[in-house]
Amino acid sequence: MNHWIIAPVVLPAVLAAVLTLTMRHHPPLQRVFSLAGVVAMLAVALGLTLHAATGTIEVYELGNWPAPFGIVLVLDRLSALMVLLTAVLAGLVLLYAVGSGWDQRGKNFHPLFQFQLMGIFGAFLTGDAFNLFVFFEVLLIASYGLMIHAGGVRRLKAGVQYVIYNLLGSTLFLFALGTLYAVTGTLNMADLAVRAAEIPVEDSALLRVGAMLLFLVFAIKAALLPLHFWLPETYAEAPAPVAALFAIMTKVGAYAILRMYTLVFGPDLGATAELIDQMMIYTALITLAVGMIGILGAKRLGRLAAFAAIGSMGTLLIAIAGFRPETTAAAIYYMLHSALAGALLFLVVDLVRERRGDMGGALRPGPRMAQHGLISALFFGAAIATAGMPPLSGFIGKLLVLDAVRDMPEVWLIWTVVLATSLVAILGLSQAGSAVFWKPAPAPDDAPQAAPAAQPALPLVAVCAMLGVIVALSVFAGPMMGYIDATAAQLHAPDGYVAAVLGTN
Amino acid sequence: MELLFATAIGLLTAAGIYLVLRLRSFPVIIGISLLTYAVNLFIFGAGRLAINLPPVLRKGVETYTDPLPQALVLTAIVISFGMTAVVVMLALGAYLSGREDCVNMDEGTAPGQENEA
Repeated sequence: MNHWIIAPVVLPAVLAAVLTLTMRHHPPLQRVFSLAGVVAMLAVALGLTLHAATGTIEVYELGNWPAPFGIVLVLDRLSALMVLLTAVLAGLVLLYAVGSGWDQRGKNFHPLFQFQLMGIFGAFLTGDAFNLFVFFEVLLIASYGLMIHAGGVRRLKAGVQYVIYNLLGSTLFLFALGTLYAVTGTLNMADLAVRAAEIPVEDSALLRVGAMLLFLVFAIKAALLPLHFWLPETYAEAPAPVAALFAIMTKVGAYAILRMYTLVFGPDLGATAELIDQMMIYTALITLAVGMIGILGAKRLGRLAAFAAIGSMGTLLIAIAGFRPETTAAAIYYMLHSALAGALLFLVVDLVRERRGDMGGALRPGPRMAQHGLISALFFGAAIATAGMPPLSGFIGKLLVLDAVRDMPEVWLIWTVVLATSLVAILGLSQAGSAVFWKPAPAPDDAPQAAPAAQPALPLVAVCAMLGVIVALSVFAGPMMGYIDATAAQLHAPDGYVAAVLGTN
Repeated sequence: MELLFATAIGLLTAAGIYLVLRLRSFPVIIGISLLTYAVNLFIFGAGRLAINLPPVLRKGVETYTDPLPQALVLTAIVISFGMTAVVVMLALGAYLSGREDCVNMDEGTAPGQENEA
């Protein structure tokens, strides 16, 4: 048994406790340990990904109880890749939070950040549906704290909405799990796959109800229309590094859909075949359209970035809804891109807000800000990535998605919507960019602007590094696709997963 | 008994949903609590209703009741308890700083709150 699999869960949990109990009054020490912890997680994630790249599916039995009686963590290509993505994103976001001083504007940023990472890593690694619920709750309860970090009236109100929406989602999750348990008598995902296949189609009404409820839960997390209402206000009001980290949270929902509907309710399962595919394609198309139109209509940069996140989830969910190896591969590549690009946009927006003082993220011309040229270049880069223009990975991702859906009956509709919304996004982003950067308004005479305070360099380093990762994702798209194609193939042959978990090989 | 049990879950759920839709933080929190009670009963029922049966296998025990849903319910109760505490604190904070307890937010910002950062 490879004990490294549980390291991404245990390490942040222990670190968070240590940070709270021993260094509450030593911010510099907290920063050092938090950053060191994330670097260690990155190393572990790299190791796990290299291990998973060999194609073996590694199972970790907690307490050495064999599945399906004990809880298992499962490391396959997809979960390893998602853990790696989270570690990379978390490292850069934490660097930004430390550099910009966001972490000191409220209490307990670092412990909450670590607990959040624990939940996300756990959700990606677990092989048990109820355990997935528990990790969802861990990541949510940490995210509630992070969301209202640094306080403020609007932020608190948005936080209340966010919490209530997610509590309802959690209740729904429990209803879904109860239904599935009543039908199958198990909650281990591999065992669920076996038992679900044994249920005759004519007796499968309850199973379908369970599958549908579960889909709704994940759709809430993935902000699929019309269950996206929690997202715009939350992301726009959350502190920027938190919003950037939340870019991975919607991906947790997408990951869960991908996992459950290839493994348990796969396309071959008679009872639930075509239960969600059609609906999901159309709702995803509307999600994409609403997100991109939201970019065009946004009056503030924060909301613009939030709607960009919704739009990119739309594209991602279209690709997932194909449920065939080629679309899944495109979806996984787009998922990597979308998490990084979404986070990048939030961080750049925060750079702008920090420099414009009282103007904040309002989309109207203001006086020249510090490092005007550099910031506008970074916004340009983030906008290119978000809109899916060449040469960055958004373009490659969209191209892959468009290419992968070629065999689907809705191909023309999908192509039309994706291309048209790309145009809308370009329009919206260039409108916003020109309003903010192109023609700076002269500084008002009556209020002589003091020389802008020196801006710290570390946030810029973090943002440039994020852009660098996106560039790397574009440059190394070829080799990456080798891994991703194998991942999709592994997902669509769930027998290997089931055999590994239940030990029947 | 099944009828009683199912009716109780149904009533709790209906009342919970009604309260959640009230858009005031206090009724919404009560509504969420009712929903969690409903779901706890629901999970309990997922293991089938059985009376006077042991949940643990022992020598000489022929029929037993499923112990797993009881463990699941325990977890769910603890989690929902913690979550309720969090949402109460948060709603209280939002009420005390914003001086109103409506859940939904108005579009646009008051002039004093231009800076969203």
